Amino acid sequence: MGNLSFSSLIRRPEAGAFLGMVFVFLFFSLFGGSTFTSFAGAASWLNVAANLGIIAIPIGFLMIAGELDISIGSMVPASSMAIGILSGYWELPIAVGIILTLLFGATVGLINGLLVLRTGVPSLIVTMGTLFAVTGITLFLSIYITNTTAVSLSAPEWARAVFGSFYFNSYQVIIAWWLGLTGLYVFFLHYSPWGNWLLAMGGDKESARNAGIPTEKLTVALFVLSSTSAAFVGLCQTILFNSAQVSSGMTFIFNTIISVVIGGVLLTGGFGSVIGIFFGTLTFAMVNQGIYFTDFDRNLSSFIIGVMLLIAVLMNNTFRKMAVSYTGPKSKKRG
Amino acid sequence: MVQSTPVIELRNVDKSFGPIDVLHEISLKVKAGEVLCLLGDNGAGKSTLIKTLAGVHKPTAGTILLDGKPVVFDGPRDAQEAGISTVHQFGGTFPLMSIGRSFFVGVEPKKGFGPFKVFDRKQANSIAVKAVQDFGITRITDGDRLIGGLSGGERQSLAIARAVHFGARVLILDEPTAALGVKQASHVLRIVMEAKKRGIAVIFITHQVTHAMAVGDHFAVLIRGALAANFMRGDKSREEITDLMAGGEALADLDQYIDGYKETHQGHPPNVTG
Repeated sequence: MGNLSFSSLIRRPEAGAFLGMVFVFLFFSLFGGSTFTSFAGAASWLNVAANLGIIAIPIGFLMIAGELDISIGSMVPASSMAIGILSGYWELPIAVGIILTLLFGATVGLINGLLVLRTGVPSLIVTMGTLFAVTGITLFLSIYITNTTAVSLSAPEWARAVFGSFYFNSYQVIIAWWLGLTGLYVFFLHYSPWGNWLLAMGGDKESARNAGIPTEKLTVALFVLSSTSAAFVGLCQTILFNSAQVSSGMTFIFNTIISVVIGGVLLTGGFGSVIGIFFGTLTFAMVNQGIYFTDFDRNLSSFIIGVMLLIAVLMNNTFRKMAVSYTGPKSKKRG
Repeated sequence: MVQSTPVIELRNVDKSFGPIDVLHEISLKVKAGEVLCLLGDNGAGKSTLIKTLAGVHKPTAGTILLDGKPVVFDGPRDAQEAGISTVHQFGGTFPLMSIGRSFFVGVEPKKGFGPFKVFDRKQANSIAVKAVQDFGITRITDGDRLIGGLSGGERQSLAIARAVHFGARVLILDEPTAALGVKQASHVLRIVMEAKKRGIAVIFITHQVTHAMAVGDHFAVLIRGALAANFMRGDKSREEITDLMAGGEALADLDQYIDGYKETHQGHPPNVTG
């Protein structure tokens, strides 16, 4: 390590994401005034980034492996309701509620993974199926059990402290989870041998399998991870707001994919980084929230995100090409 | 010739998928330091044969012998551990991975303790670079370079070096020269010779007779899943081999047609462009 030359920096998948984040930050610092960068102002986009980021990284892993999971869009509200019903309506101990909710997430992930493997249907379609199935089941069971579409939950103090409360007035505790998990995932993808398996699998599944990588187990594990992560975010939200309702979490689908793509992950798999997704999530959250700090019309927010996504993809393509054609420090040829 | 047991031997191997018979009674032997060229047109069963050798498929009947002992592989990994490595047409490598990382896919070098073992990038890179350089590819010096930036020949060479590094005793090369230009292909052929020199049993699949003639010691022609010919270097001419590969009669028919045409057209060949 140690040679942080420019050339080694631009070869990294997160190069584009980092530059994009810096640009967006400067942009909103300029137009959003001092509140955007103030301690309280930063909380607004960090909270959004944390809730999104916990799901975005596992989605990024799936995309690196060449798969996709959009069922997280229904897993967030479903898990939110699950813990509300378990520990709120039925008054089970919160620890039991949390464990069962996470298990529910893992089960849906397992179903997704097995369906993708057994049927060979593209994961976009499979998870679109489970997306709607889970939405329907959630609504049906909520009405069937509680007769309403909203339940309240008052979690004990310790659970609130760990999973859902505000620190320093406006910082959600989930930010700490996000940072911790990001660290763990960085280790997983970039330092542990498993990360190598994941990149290989996304690069060429057949070759990876021939090299002895348990591609099927890894695929299922990734679906379990993304679904469980969505369940985690859902339960944290219920504990934070003391209530859950059958709502739509569909925005999570696009928002995570946008964050991952801005973060430099290749849609067709085989290339990406956790830090890139981290930057991508922050960038997305800044644009999403930053517009409220400026004098621009709020309705332009989606427009900016759309344009930004396109610029990010083009920029990432350029960076990737540079990385591929880079031939080493001794060669004079420029790519 | 030294009388030695072949490294790998097939005895009457059959493979069928349901009602479809793909391989019929294939018997082949490859000794250490010998290059067997497996020739055959598309659909002749070459892929099925190498997949059977590589542990992807199990033979429906017949036996595979390794060093004279019958073996049954439960999967590709099993075959690999026994020393059988396959290198595919595009090198079987990952365009967006670094040389060091792709070299060690599935067998990553690790350092550290317990669950915190980390992938040893530095070691991986230096071993990978040294292994390819030993095969004569001196242009590769940086293990962090991405595979996608290498030429087709370099990729093949890297994949072969990788297989040899991990103790391959039987090297199956699946059309390594098919997608390459003349210069790149000769590069790969030289590496095949190098592998042969190291005492590796090489099974070289191709449908380019020139490439086969350049490195082969022993030739086998596969037609519709059966062994149509099995001969040593120098036993047959290039024309005979090409003829066998194309299914024999088809080319003979074409020859006759052309000869017949020439006779009736004052020695001019048929005008194929018109």
